[in-house]
Amino acid sequence: MGSSLPNPQLDAQGRLRHFLTIEGLSRDLLIELLDQAEGFLGVAQQAVKKVPLCRGKVVANLFFETSTRTRTTFELAAKRLSADVLNLNISTSATAKGESLLDTLRNLEAMHVDMFVVRHAAGGAAHFMAAHAAPHVSIINAGDGRHAHPTQALLDMFTIRRHKGDFSRLRVAIVGDILHSRVARSQMLALKTLGVPDIRVIAPRTLLPAKVEEAFGVKAYHELAEGIRDVDVIIMLRLQRERYRGALLPSEHEYFQLFGLTEGRMGAAKPDVIVMHPGPINRGVEMDSAVADGAHSVILEQVTNGIAVRMAVIAMCLGNQRRADEL
Amino acid sequence: MNTSEIWKETAAIESAIGGMACRLVRRLERCGFQDPAMIGIHTGGVWIAERLHTLLGLPEPLGHLDISFYRDDFTRIGVHPQVRPSHLPVRVDDRHLILVDDVLQTGRTVRAALNVLFDYGRPASVTLAVLVVRDGRELPIAADVVGFEGFFGAEDQIKLSGPTPLVLLRTRREARR
Repeated sequence: MGSSLPNPQLDAQGRLRHFLTIEGLSRDLLIELLDQAEGFLGVAQQAVKKVPLCRGKVVANLFFETSTRTRTTFELAAKRLSADVLNLNISTSATAKGESLLDTLRNLEAMHVDMFVVRHAAGGAAHFMAAHAAPHVSIINAGDGRHAHPTQALLDMFTIRRHKGDFSRLRVAIVGDILHSRVARSQMLALKTLGVPDIRVIAPRTLLPAKVEEAFGVKAYHELAEGIRDVDVIIMLRLQRERYRGALLPSEHEYFQLFGLTEGRMGAAKPDVIVMHPGPINRGVEMDSAVADGAHSVILEQVTNGIAVRMAVIAMCLGNQRRADEL
Repeated sequence: MNTSEIWKETAAIESAIGGMACRLVRRLERCGFQDPAMIGIHTGGVWIAERLHTLLGLPEPLGHLDISFYRDDFTRIGVHPQVRPSHLPVRVDDRHLILVDDVLQTGRTVRAALNVLFDYGRPASVTLAVLVVRDGRELPIAADVVGFEGFFGAEDQIKLSGPTPLVLLRTRREARR
């Protein structure tokens, strides 16, 4: 984390070259990305849902972990910018992760790929690739282990801003499996950077990282009703069944009894509260269907916004590439 | 150091816009372009278009076009920092459109604007109205209706300041780059 090290995402002029994590990005840069995304939102209203900005660029989706929503929205985002997209679904092999990852990178670089969108089960995979990437190549982190999922956090901030406007007076609660969630880590960093004064994490003790309050400047709660009192935004996280077995939770049923969001429990929050979820939802585990499909839910809007936000990230990184060589 | 001076005062600009409105109406009649819709290019073009829109008394709201995503200098300068969403309240298919900009110099902005329009649909025609037509054309693009014409040389920049009052500024750029 050492603050004396240069930020690996930025070029010598402080412009975004890779997008790996929210950590170390300034408030101004995040706001600039959100403003850009606002412009890209309109592209979906055109008869031809495309702008020629990144024509001739090649974006490779490199997914070592499965994903539907993130991969398709990245693909659509790149296509709406008129870039060419390669989708590579590579199942994780246990052997020599570092070596094989680097080989994959070198081979695709040799095909003149300009940008890699990477998802990997190992935390730090995207940073590793950025450290070894050729100077004309950008790396976007689409989720690495438990570490970060910065475009998800950014699209959540975009959705919050469209509904609530100003970040400086908000109360935001993140509910669920904070421990295993790269989304939660990126969200906490983004909310903090954008100046949200009251950030709460709500989870059973077994699903909270040690010292989460000190590390992220948030307040931890172990009871849903208390935690969501008077909040403007509730972000529900998916219970990541694939990442643990049994030991941390007695049962999904019991989890729902204690931490599941129902219409009744939502009464404690502000009347105009919005409910978010990065998807995919486990209905009846994290939340009731009535909440997921209800008037306060902005879950599908998050998906739509995800395309515009990813367009902004791709365009900014690709746009800064050439400038970097010229200097 | 750059030095700026006023090239045209507000009153001259407002009267030029009045003249543009008259010529625009005559041209539309002559060409038989009925029921036109107007679209201004961000930012200065929208200011001119707002006034023309009122003078022509067009019933439908004015469209706004941001051409940032269609610029041809992306690989050189990256994304434009201040993008406003384009807003076209009318369907452009089979419509006679009036495209309005403040200054026509290289023609690259108009080229980009035409590309944007065609991604929204297929207009029946596009008429170009520009407040200032100046030297420096790099593409085969010409305006149909013009407020002022001028020859300045490459080192002079003509810029519209607004929205109220509208003033045209002439800035001499020092030779150093």
